[in-house]
Amino acid sequence: MPVEDPLASVPPEPGVPKPDAIMVMDAVTRSFGGLQAVDVDHLEIQRGAITGLIGPNGAGKTTLFNLLTGFDRPDSGSWTFEGRSLERLAPHRVARRGVVRTFQLTKALAKLTVLDNMRLGATGQSGESFLGALFTAWGRQEKANTEKARELLARFRLDAKADDLAGSLSGGQRKLLEMARALMTDPIVMMLDEPMAGVNPALTQSLLGHVKSLRDDGMTVVFVEHDMDVIRDISDWVVVMAQGRVIAEGPPEALSSNKAVVDAYLGAHHDRALEFDSEGNPVGETAELVAEMENVELAETSGPPSPSVPAARDREERS
Amino acid sequence: MIDVSALLANGIAQLVGTSAIFLALLAIGLNIHFGYAGLLNFGQIGFALVGGYGMGIAVANFGLPLWGGVLVGTGCAVVLALLLGIPTLQLRADYLAIVTIAASEILRLITRSTSQTGLTGGTQGLTGYGNAFTEANPFDQPRYSFVGVGFPRGELWAICVGWSVVALSVLLVWLLVRSPWGRVLRAIREDEDAARALGKNVFAYKIQALVLGGVFGALGGMFYSLSVQSLTPDFFSPPQTFFAYAALILGGAGRVLGPVLGAMIVWFLLSITDGFLRQATTGDSPLIGFIDAQDVGAIRFILVGVFLGLLMVFRPQGILGSKREVQLDAR
Repeated sequence: MPVEDPLASVPPEPGVPKPDAIMVMDAVTRSFGGLQAVDVDHLEIQRGAITGLIGPNGAGKTTLFNLLTGFDRPDSGSWTFEGRSLERLAPHRVARRGVVRTFQLTKALAKLTVLDNMRLGATGQSGESFLGALFTAWGRQEKANTEKARELLARFRLDAKADDLAGSLSGGQRKLLEMARALMTDPIVMMLDEPMAGVNPALTQSLLGHVKSLRDDGMTVVFVEHDMDVIRDISDWVVVMAQGRVIAEGPPEALSSNKAVVDAYLGAHHDRALEFDSEGNPVGETAELVAEMENVELAETSGPPSPSVPAARDREERS
Repeated sequence: MIDVSALLANGIAQLVGTSAIFLALLAIGLNIHFGYAGLLNFGQIGFALVGGYGMGIAVANFGLPLWGGVLVGTGCAVVLALLLGIPTLQLRADYLAIVTIAASEILRLITRSTSQTGLTGGTQGLTGYGNAFTEANPFDQPRYSFVGVGFPRGELWAICVGWSVVALSVLLVWLLVRSPWGRVLRAIREDEDAARALGKNVFAYKIQALVLGGVFGALGGMFYSLSVQSLTPDFFSPPQTFFAYAALILGGAGRVLGPVLGAMIVWFLLSITDGFLRQATTGDSPLIGFIDAQDVGAIRFILVGVFLGLLMVFRPQGILGSKREVQLDAR
């Protein structure tokens, strides 16, 4: 943690400029059929900080991740990384620029050993080209990469598993391996898609420690998470998405009191007492609320049918 | 009585024979495609066809020297791999399977079409391209015999050349798959997106794998056409691809020597069962009376199929495969 928090003076408003932004997004949109999955007007990511990206299911967090890392193409919009445009780059080119991601459903390469998984991550290997594999002496590079891999594995407490197949690891160990493997690329920005999902509480603590240590090593971390406690614990800055939009951002302490966030998670009228008359009919404010909800339903059902919406939502949540 | 020594002699002749070499080369190519890169190429025989006919036509019709013909045959395979790969390898794996099997049939039908008789010889076949190969034969006795197994001099020459090609191919595959290049290929087989997220250009690697495996198929086709000295289109029919898959899976996919061992065993088994059934169904008092001698050709495939089925049940990783890799699939 820096001694002086550069984000301390930044006002907690959606789309606010940051003192040292590494990624800047403008008017990024992506829709699946009739569903607007991502619609971000302006968002900046602070360099060297841990930015948490939260929001209810279907808020567009993973879709935004896919867009930023080249795994999906936007309908419109632009974004830059360290001042250079990253739009329309293939995923491997984004990764080579230094933006490396992990996946919500862990992608350990099951039939490769843990060590081979790690060595795969190393960049600039001369033996990875067809002719280079045959005609260059890639052995020395391989040795250096192996050493680096073993150091990282030791840091993630996977060194005892180095020669096992990655497919034999537990779910939590795979998450660790995926993070360690991404570190082999010496990334500038780490994009972690739900790093804590499906991990037991003890391992969650150790994963949190690893994420913090990434920042201490000077990396920028962006991560998607559902668990508010996790977010509060490690984020320097939190961006809240709902229905594809950034509805709030700010330091984690400020968020639990932010009305837009609470509404997005719990619904707009969650804290009102409901009032009924003796026959069970709603009265007073409750009656207004019911009328309002019925109007919304009417408006929704009378609108044009959009059969592709559920499918699109499915796809987004799976990816 | 069953003449065991004759059975074994025939079996050994097939174990190292030209058919096994042809199958081994096809399967070495499929091993790169399927075993290492995870690509489903169901038209490997198409690569053999363009290799064999590319060389044959270049030498017989255009008067190129044999080595020139080999270059043309190899080039044809590269072009075919690029034609099939560039549109389909950006899509899901099954599209490549559909396109390759269709392409191999299209190639066979064009080759045998009467409109192409001037070029390919049509159904009558193509000959007259292999003189340089026979003239280079250093063996001068009409017949050679090793441990009771006899080979005519032409076949022995083909076998020597063929196994040299197989050995060089295996060496090349070994050098490649132990390198970081091979590691990227295996990573792509496991999960393309993970490889992409680590900065690997997945499409480029898949194209390279398709071309390399296709060239091995073409080498098989060229070797076959030189060893039999005549090319007929219907030899290059889809079942050949699936024999090669059977050899690959039997030997162990994703293992350098798997396809070679598999191809040898497939032909050894076919020869042994064939010889046994022929002996058992003929003569004065046949051992198996209820099978007609004419059905033997079909029944031997049934027996070999049963054997392969049993092997998949009790040793799903193939003969050389790794057990711990297969156990992962059961998790």
